[in-house]
Amino acid sequence: MKAVVNVYLKEGVLDPQGKAAHHALESMNFKGVQDVRIGKQIIIKLETNDRDEAESEVKEMCETLLANTVIEDYTIEIV
Amino acid sequence: MRVAILRFPGTNCEFDTQYSFEKLGHSVELIWHKEEPLPSDTDLVVVPGGFSYGDYLRSGSIARFSPVMKAVIAYAKQGGRVLGICNGFQILTEAGLLPGALKRNNNLHFISKIQHLKVVNSDNTFLNQCDDGEVLSIPIAHADGNYYIDDEKLSEMEENGQVLLRYSDVNGERVVVNGSVTSIAGVCNKQKNVFGLMPHPERALENILGSIDGIKMLKGFDS
Repeated sequence: MKAVVNVYLKEGVLDPQGKAAHHALESMNFKGVQDVRIGKQIIIKLETNDRDEAESEVKEMCETLLANTVIEDYTIEIV
Repeated sequence: MRVAILRFPGTNCEFDTQYSFEKLGHSVELIWHKEEPLPSDTDLVVVPGGFSYGDYLRSGSIARFSPVMKAVIAYAKQGGRVLGICNGFQILTEAGLLPGALKRNNNLHFISKIQHLKVVNSDNTFLNQCDDGEVLSIPIAHADGNYYIDDEKLSEMEENGQVLLRYSDVNGERVVVNGSVTSIAGVCNKQKNVFGLMPHPERALENILGSIDGIKMLKGFDS
């Protein structure tokens, strides 16, 4: 199975890259952009076919390495 | 004093740091990241600057799991003195030895220049040769130096005297350099044995290179 992990800065933590992209979009006349947040996507191939096992293992990976929970949140999708 | 300076793949300030401590009369051992334990008579561990593991994932996030870091974490927990400079600061926050985290600079630029710093708290091993309020001049060179800590933890740190240095102008007034919360440039842990800063004191030892204020900082560990 595969796990798709999205890591992004927490709500309330200023995202300088998102802000720069937001300004760029505005300067290109894209109207109505309220906010831009930039994160990263990590795709992990796993041996297991057990969804619960996959999810708990990837959660541990996020907590230890893939995200810095001082500044980042993450989501896990098992596909 | 015996100083252990760590080397990871991508570290590039280890020789400047070695030169600095040798100039101050100390003996230095460079420690490859796969080595452990630390030499038993280590008086200070320095995690120097650079780009450990290419800054992949997040600056310092991979180096933090190197074998030598297990030894450094144990050493710090026993009260051993640890100093992280630039990438070393990032590694120590990732390892949980220092509070907070270092994000991308708010202007997204790699900033490299000589910067004024105000000493916020000198009541610690690291800055005891400086005075509170003193303004130092030290080079900075980083892309991820934007220090973040939430409000609640920041006030705890301020109460405990853990905020050590802030970016300032020549008069000691705060300036925004990289977006750090309240312009923080350096901090320590609650027990005051682990120190981290983005500026490079090891690059400020010779007048011909613009400043000798780094001597004052590194000399703190003599006592």
